[in-house]
Amino acid sequence: MPKYTLNIRRFSPETGKPAYFETFDIEMEGHRPVLDAILEARNDQDGSIGIRCSCQAAICGSCGVRINGNPALACNTLLRDAVATAEDGVTIDIEPMGNMPVIKDLIVDMDAVHWKKVDRVVPWLVPAGDPPEREYVVPHEAMVDVTQSMACIHCGVCVSDCLSMEADPEFIGPAASAKAYRFVGDPRDSATKDRLVHLANDPSGIYDCTHCFKCVEVCPKGVAPMNQIMRLRRRATGDYAIKDHNNGYRHEKAFVSIIEKWGTLHEAKLLPDSYGEGILGKLNPDAQKNLIGSLPTALRGLASGKVTIPKVLHHHRLPDIDKIKDIYEKVEGRPERIELNLYIVGDEAEMIDDEPTAPEVVAAAPTEGEGA
Amino acid sequence: MKVAYWPGCVSRGFTPELHGSMELVAPRVGLELAELDRANCCGAGVIAEHNQELADTLNARTFAMAQATDGAELMMNICSTCQGAQSECQERLDASSEYREMINENLAPENLKYEKGVTNKNFLWVLVEDIGIEKVQSLVKRPLTGLRIAPFYGCYIIRPTDRLGYKEFPHRDEYLEQVITAVGAEAVPYSGSHKCCGFPVITMNKKTSLTQAGRHLGDAIDAGADALVTPCPLCHLNLDLQQPEAQKFVDRDLGIPVLHFPQLVGLALGFEPKELGMGKHVVSTGEVAEKVALMAANA
Repeated sequence: MPKYTLNIRRFSPETGKPAYFETFDIEMEGHRPVLDAILEARNDQDGSIGIRCSCQAAICGSCGVRINGNPALACNTLLRDAVATAEDGVTIDIEPMGNMPVIKDLIVDMDAVHWKKVDRVVPWLVPAGDPPEREYVVPHEAMVDVTQSMACIHCGVCVSDCLSMEADPEFIGPAASAKAYRFVGDPRDSATKDRLVHLANDPSGIYDCTHCFKCVEVCPKGVAPMNQIMRLRRRATGDYAIKDHNNGYRHEKAFVSIIEKWGTLHEAKLLPDSYGEGILGKLNPDAQKNLIGSLPTALRGLASGKVTIPKVLHHHRLPDIDKIKDIYEKVEGRPERIELNLYIVGDEAEMIDDEPTAPEVVAAAPTEGEGA
Repeated sequence: MKVAYWPGCVSRGFTPELHGSMELVAPRVGLELAELDRANCCGAGVIAEHNQELADTLNARTFAMAQATDGAELMMNICSTCQGAQSECQERLDASSEYREMINENLAPENLKYEKGVTNKNFLWVLVEDIGIEKVQSLVKRPLTGLRIAPFYGCYIIRPTDRLGYKEFPHRDEYLEQVITAVGAEAVPYSGSHKCCGFPVITMNKKTSLTQAGRHLGDAIDAGADALVTPCPLCHLNLDLQQPEAQKFVDRDLGIPVLHFPQLVGLALGFEPKELGMGKHVVSTGEVAEKVALMAANA
């Protein structure tokens, strides 16, 4: 029988002692999950080890921990896989999840962080008017669109290692954002615009996500929370033109317009245009504050020779810029946006019946003012 | 080896020393760069956030140009962000023939067509996988002995692993350490090496953005690093250009230079710091240059 060493982080606040690591040797087959080994250590060696668990089948989302520094469910991480990522090739480090206070050993306070954030997004359907006499009738495609966010089991694994939350604990975070998209993408919901207005204007809302892909990487259910945040942004800017206080709308607009005009990024224009649209926009007090705040950085750039005055004033246009403009015209001129959601359609090379994967047409949402 | 070379916007914009040092280093390591000078911006994830089809079309255009480059074995970039944004679009383009056909219709007026399966690699990957660590070691003219370098990858080149070829190349998130060691320097472990520099939200939440940058820089300093090295020019902007501002958000003095990946390789190949554009950094690279000068004297 293979032997494994678990190096478990122990902490009991009532003792007044700092956290420490304790090792437990376990004999167990490598195809068994890490959770089984933790439970065996608790049953046979130290009954005081704190671990929260229930279904042991990656459904209830209770047993999120960090295994060798990476957040995961202990019940669907096999011992042989865990030991393969051990720093010394032998000892499996098991710690509580991050970004949340520790209650005891491997148990974190999900109420203090995760559930509080979920509450912020109004996690229930807000239907328009009275419910219908019978069931709601919803187009199949519309519900397929929210399937991915509905797969979330609220285990907190994405919250544990969210890098934006590490810097801004107030950040709404990946799990709550995925929950928000679950309702924003639901055609029965009548609060779509309100939801997006709040998430866009909250300084710790959807524009506080840095695109680090950490939540996409660690989610045990394939929810890809960051992708749901990008969809929320796409709905907020593209469908509702919500001009938020965080420069999210203007930044996207400035970036997309610059590429249409020049083909490559005119960096010296991106920053001021993200702060204020046109000359009038730049005279806005918020824009002025941001622009003045950026002056020292701009001057340092000039002083170092990274940035030059000619580079600020002139940007080279791609020789085929007309072709780029044609692409923009064709794609942006479509009555409906086209998105290919691989979570739903999969990769055709991996399909058994080799059916071609049809792109999903996302119905254009109401234009500005119609969504509330 | 000839490669279809996509330098990206920032390496020709606010970090010209990156493009310059790559051009110096390429022939020494056996790379012929066929620059894709008619290609467009990758969108950096922002265009994909705005309209997926638009981002996929723009990057399919670049891939098609790379595939049409005579004699090029693959497409090479020098920006983690380009790598990530382009890989995301490629994943969709390669997954569905029907979707690919539709995107190719958008490219038809230019007589361009993307064929499934372009190989698009960051210079870091090309150096380790196609040129080889042993070859790099054999080319070193100035071992950077005693220089302590903290690696900083940039998110887009390390996550998500299934999209970025980690199944075939599982050690791509250790390549910086491998190259740092191969050129004779010491790779410094610290907690920020695989974290986010914060750049994507610099215009939207400066505090979140520069708290991230500041913490990683501080951690590298505490770990005893002389400099950081990164294969991403956008990370460079937050870690170098914004470093004096980042100090305010972490309430400590910083002042650690940040090298572009080709600059580090270039120093070991014997190029002078000035040739590699190390004078164009906001945080002085003077101390690194002084150490390198002593190494040259001892060589």
